[in-house]
Amino acid sequence: MSEQATLLAQPVEEGSRRYRALVWRRQLILVGLGAALVFSFCLDLAFGPARYGLGEVVQGLFAPDTVSQQVRVVLWDIRMPVALMAVVVGAALAVAGAQMQTILNNPLASPFTLGISAAASFGAALALAFGVALIPAAIEYVVPINAFVMAMLAAFLIHLLSVKRGVTVETIVLLGIALVFTFNALLSLIQFLSSAEALAAVVFWTMGSLTKATWPKLGITALVLFAVLPVFAHRAWALTALRLGEDKAASFGVKVARLRLETLILVSLLAAIPVAFVGTIGFVGLVGPHIARMIIGEDQRFFLPASALSGALILSAASVLSKLLIPGTIFPIGIVTSLIGIPFFISLILSSARRSW
Amino acid sequence: MVTLRLDSLGARYGRNLTLEGVTTPAFKGGEVVAVIGPNAAGKSTLFKRMAGILSGPGTLHAENARKGRRGICYMPQDTSANAVLTIYESVLLARKQGTGWRVDAADLMLIDETLEALGIAGIAFRTIGELSGGQRQLASLAQTLVREPEILLMDEPTSALDLARQVEVLDLVRNLAKARGMVVLIALHDLNHALRFCDQVMVIAGGRLVACGAAPSIITSALLRDIYHVEARIEPCSKGIGHVIIDGPVAKPRTVPKALAEPACLSH
Repeated sequence: MSEQATLLAQPVEEGSRRYRALVWRRQLILVGLGAALVFSFCLDLAFGPARYGLGEVVQGLFAPDTVSQQVRVVLWDIRMPVALMAVVVGAALAVAGAQMQTILNNPLASPFTLGISAAASFGAALALAFGVALIPAAIEYVVPINAFVMAMLAAFLIHLLSVKRGVTVETIVLLGIALVFTFNALLSLIQFLSSAEALAAVVFWTMGSLTKATWPKLGITALVLFAVLPVFAHRAWALTALRLGEDKAASFGVKVARLRLETLILVSLLAAIPVAFVGTIGFVGLVGPHIARMIIGEDQRFFLPASALSGALILSAASVLSKLLIPGTIFPIGIVTSLIGIPFFISLILSSARRSW
Repeated sequence: MVTLRLDSLGARYGRNLTLEGVTTPAFKGGEVVAVIGPNAAGKSTLFKRMAGILSGPGTLHAENARKGRRGICYMPQDTSANAVLTIYESVLLARKQGTGWRVDAADLMLIDETLEALGIAGIAFRTIGELSGGQRQLASLAQTLVREPEILLMDEPTSALDLARQVEVLDLVRNLAKARGMVVLIALHDLNHALRFCDQVMVIAGGRLVACGAAPSIITSALLRDIYHVEARIEPCSKGIGHVIIDGPVAKPRTVPKALAEPACLSH
């Protein structure tokens, strides 16, 4: 053995060959996820009070002049922002969950389970019910800014605890649960004190609904997502190294504390903006990364796009489902994702023997 | 040639100075230095300070070494990760840290050769969570070696390995140190390994360097008595290398609790 090691002169290419095959397979999986997302997106455009065939949708997308004005208006002005919002919000929440699980080394971490969504909801409700602005801003931005500030507060609480010595993963999860209950209680208090009109606004908002999507909201959410993704992509090796343990990552030269803090800030932004615009949407941030991890592993060069695509696909499919459950009615999507998410989550827990954590 | 010298090096955990005043002569490239001492003496702390993970007073002089993260590599003791990464990916990860996404053929060839040299090429595509403690340690060693360090700090790198693997790994490290001109510091508890594989020995106790020099001159009966409280002598083996032979009980025997001396299940 020592002779081989000292000389390191005998090329052994079996490993590289297998690695290249692995990379090729992962790229195929990403293409497959992308194709499934495109299909789901087209279905989302096709379904609604008026149903269109997939051929008509494709025609409306690529040659809008060849379809009737009614179809064009429904596709582009009514359904397109909602369908795109599902994709962008799903991707944002799943990426937020993936990086939260990475930096906290915790399979249960997600914006929803750690109380970040609940905190954002509370912040948004403060603005909706009482017009309270946590940071003075233009009236149309008060809700998202409030949501963001509260989400950041929750995220920092979690961060402060996670870097404390001797704190276990279980403690952080418990703190997250405590935050969920605290902010939900505060939200209930706001609802109790609100006028009937404000109460309706808060309740509908907290259910999570893509029907609130507009082009400007979509633009801001997409902007945040596409601004944050390259940062995570640039740090792909460092973020992956965190999953080998803090000491190991530090030994590779990763500035662990700084990476955690910066990632947490970006994750808060990623989680808070969608919640501020479309309300609380549960489980995408938890389930999306788990699906990605199971099919593609944790090399962030693949895990990151796979998480984004999984999240986008889940929410897009949920959007389709929300239109099909009761024909003629669009269910709030937060209810649909939770109904799908809970059985999936339970099956994830029960399959602990094969679990990747 | 790379040289390494420590000058009044200390380390802080929070506000507490847990290591202080570590000053050494210059270690030259190709030398393997054992860092020995009782549990919690400050060996890991010294390595973390040297790797820049902990802060503290003093200076580390690494002459002719590359600047930046790859010059000094630290192999931590803890290998208990459960990431969904194969050994191959984890080693690639170590190799590519701080660089771009692109993986070239030279990177893969180095990984192939390193895994082959460590005898873990056959399990290269098993995920880390499935590995035994020894396999994890070998994977961790591969992650360290592919970074081609000039100064290598290894914290108990053989603690989970069987005897044959311990000898193989330490022999490999020693040969690599000579071939690449690396300075290697290895925290060890097995003093026979220190005598067999290491040129120099640093003894750390109570957060201080208490002795440093050539292995045979440092690992003596007096050291074993003073530092480890063990009555032992050093005898040459058939190859002429010193070997620790424990003669008697611990010099300061700890009182054995009565419950342990006479377990309830045996007393009836």
